[in-house]
This record gives sequence, structure tokens and C-alpha cells, in this order.
Amino acid sequence: MQNPITDAEHRPAAERGPATGPLVRFDRVNKSFGDLTVLDRLSFDVDPGERVTLIGPSGSGKTTILRLLMTLEHVTPTKDPAAEGGVIWVEGKPLSHMEKGNRLVVANERHLRQARKKIGMVFQSFNLFPNMRVLRNVTEAQVHTLGRSKDEAEAKARELLDLVGLSAKVDNYPSQLSGGQQQRVAIARALAMDPDILLLDEVTSALDPELVADVLGVLRDVADTTSITMLIVTHEMGFARDVSNRVMMFDRGVIVEEGAPDEIFSDPREARTQDFLRAVLAE
Amino acid sequence: MNEWNNDTVVEVFPAMWEGFIVVLQVTLVAGLIAVLLGLLVAIAERIGPPWVRRVVSGVFQFIRNTPLLVQVLFVWTATSLYINPEWSAFAVGSAVLGVHYASYTSESYRAGIEAIPVGQWEAATALSLPTHRVWGAIVLPQLLRRSSAAVANWIIAMFKEVPTLFVIGVLEMIAQAQKYQGQHYDGAVEGYTIAGILFLAASYPVAVAARRLENRLAKSHY
Repeated sequence: MQNPITDAEHRPAAERGPATGPLVRFDRVNKSFGDLTVLDRLSFDVDPGERVTLIGPSGSGKTTILRLLMTLEHVTPTKDPAAEGGVIWVEGKPLSHMEKGNRLVVANERHLRQARKKIGMVFQSFNLFPNMRVLRNVTEAQVHTLGRSKDEAEAKARELLDLVGLSAKVDNYPSQLSGGQQQRVAIARALAMDPDILLLDEVTSALDPELVADVLGVLRDVADTTSITMLIVTHEMGFARDVSNRVMMFDRGVIVEEGAPDEIFSDPREARTQDFLRAVLAE
Repeated sequence: MNEWNNDTVVEVFPAMWEGFIVVLQVTLVAGLIAVLLGLLVAIAERIGPPWVRRVVSGVFQFIRNTPLLVQVLFVWTATSLYINPEWSAFAVGSAVLGVHYASYTSESYRAGIEAIPVGQWEAATALSLPTHRVWGAIVLPQLLRRSSAAVANWIIAMFKEVPTLFVIGVLEMIAQAQKYQGQHYDGAVEGYTIAGILFLAASYPVAVAARRLENRLAKSHY
């Protein structure tokens, strides 16, 4: 089934990546928790290789966007997805929905399990498996989700743990590592799955200030040396400025303003963005 | 009234020891049922389809809230009358005791599952791990660590309830003491005393070991 929304309709004004069609498309997506509407007919695209940072106050819907993409949350369904939208697309295929005949219906677990393989996520609280040593944390899903051999998975894990500076810690348990080290293992674990899209959800928020630089350094390396598409939720504005191609400012589930990092951080047009940045930079 | 007699102690002891072995055998069989069935119940209540959850939850609520003695007598009578009168009291009694205590161990497992941080489930989902790996490699190791001390305490409690099965003729220690008294018109006090001492001798070290296990697990890596 073709993506029903034309590029012209929803492409943002900011300069975009190659014109091969968006990798991620939010098409008038709604998300409510009970009476609380978190996302209100939200539409945006992300091109392959783009690094997009989502900023905005708490409760503005940034993390919900990442969680919807990771299928940890599900969109609030619309009656007729083909006409009303409410669908998330990845690589031109529906993620939140699946095709049934000529209709789009809400995706079942089997569809989601398949669709989410292209996406990796690094969480604020690391979420390493505490009963597994570092190496197994990075090999477990390679073997059991991707079907790689144990040797292949171990080689990949060692390579990535070396990249994040933790090759000496492969036999440690997560509890024997600092928060920054745990987060770097979590980054290696996500990268080991060769995702097309990497979601970073406030990955430094739970860290002591002196550990933040190491984690951001690793992510800068990843950004510099790979073409992985990234959606980043962060309060580290310096990092957002360095790494991203585009910044989207959210408030109450809608995009208030978006543009290149220099535009947004140096010359924000909207008063809401100005207030937010003033508050964040004053912290 | 018969007075305490050391010679009777010596005489009744072999029968009481025999009864004690039966208690251990019942504990082993019923304990296995309680440990495994309790785990299955907790998992079914977590991931089963809604109707399975409702049925399992209702049945085990019922079992938890009715006396063991009533269950033992009911199942023994019902199986003897309607299913197979050949089934032994040992088998029926062990099964009833195991299922009864599964209703308690399942609650300990359920608490252990609920205590696993939501981030663990989310990480497993984000990595698209198959369900059997999520449970086998992530949830169960963490769950068993959290629940093992509580489950061990239920098994100790169950061990002390094995004498309930004397009402259906399982030849555990109380039944042995009564049998001896029936034959000799003497020895009940000595028999019950030996039973108490044997229970204490067996359950105290296990309780201490369970506490040590709990302390050791608290210091482990996860």
C-alpha cells in the first residue's frame, strides 16, 4: 500500500536529506492517555540519515514520540486511517498499523515484532539486564532476535564495546559499572542490532554531571562515523547543536517551531521557544 | 493417666521415624507441585488471555480461601467415590497439599514479577526478544532471586501441615503415634513429642538456610 500522504503536504520547510522519501513519517498521529491528549494530529517526516533533536518542556510529548516509534506505546486509533491518518510509517510501510486487504488496521504483536527490528532505543535509565554480564547483554538479542551465531554476535559485541571504551568490562555485571559505563553498554547493545533508526531518550539525564561527557562523546563518534538516522530527546543543548541536522520544538503535543540547530538556538522565532531555551540554558 | 516413659520412647521411635520419612516424601512431592504450579499460575495470570487469567485467578482465590482440611477430605472422598478408589492417600494428599500451597507460592511469584522494573520489559521489547527468551533469560532469573526466600518459607509452612493428611490415612507421624496408641493403649504423648522434635529438627535448619539464601541473594549482582 502506498503512503497516502504526499511529501509536499507534510515536508517541513527546513533543509532535508536526500529526496528518497522519508524514513519515518508521522501522519496526523494522535496519542491520548485517558482524557489527556499528548499528541494532537502530529505530522512530521524524518529522512534517512537525518539527526533530529526534539526539545520542549516536560509533558510536551517528545518521549511519547520515541516510545510510539519503538512500539512501547500505541497510537490512539482513528476510525478510517486511510482518510484520517493517525498512522506511523517507517520506510514507506505502516508501523503502527498493518495492511488487511485494502485497509489499514491497528498492528498486532506479530507485525510489531517484525517492524521494530529496524529501530533501536537507548533509555534514560539504561535498562541493562542485571542478571547478564556486559558481553551477554550485547549478544543476547543478536543471537535470539537476529539469529546470528554466538561467535558472530560476540565478535560484534566486542567490537562495539571497544568503540564505547568498555572492552575491559565484558565480564562485569551491570551493577559493577558506573552509570556512564552502563549507558555506554546500552548504546553498544542498541547498535549491535544494526538499527536503521536510533532513538535516544534523555540518555544523560540519569547521570552524574562528570559522566555525561563520556556518553555524549560516544554518541558524537557514532554520529560522525555512521549514517544511522537518529531521533534525540535531550536537554543537552550543546550536544543537540553539534549532532543534529534539525531541531523540533514541541509544546503540548504539537510542533511549535522547527529548523536547523543554528536557527533554533541562535535566533528562535517563536516566543515559546525563546522562553524554553532561556529556561534550559539558565539551568 | 499414663506417665512419661523412656522405654516407650525407644519403642515408638522406629514407627515415628517411618512416619517422618513419609512426611519428607510428601513434602518433596507436594513441594515440587507448589513450586512449579505456583510459577505457572503466576505466569498465566500475567500473560494468559483474559479468560484464562479470570479462571486461574478465581480457582486459586477459592483454594486459598478454603481450609486445607476441607480440601483434603473433599478431594479424597470425591476421587474415591467418582474417579478411582485405588488412588493412594499418599498421592491424593500430596497433590492436594501441593495445589493448596501453589495458591500461596503463586502470590509470591506474582509479587516478584511485579517487582521487576518496567524498563526490563521495555528493553526486551525494544530488542524484539522472543517471549520464551524474555521469560527464560530475563524475567525468571530475576524473579527466582526475588521470590526464592518467600517460596522457601511457604514450603517450610507446608512441611508443618503434612500431619493434616492423617485424616485420610497417610501414615505420617501423627497417624503412626495414634496407631501405636491404638495397639498399646500407651505412647501417644511420647509419639507426639518425638513428632514435634523431628519437625523442629528438620524445619529449623531449613529456615536458617532460607534466611542465609535471602541474605546472600540480597548481596548478589542483581
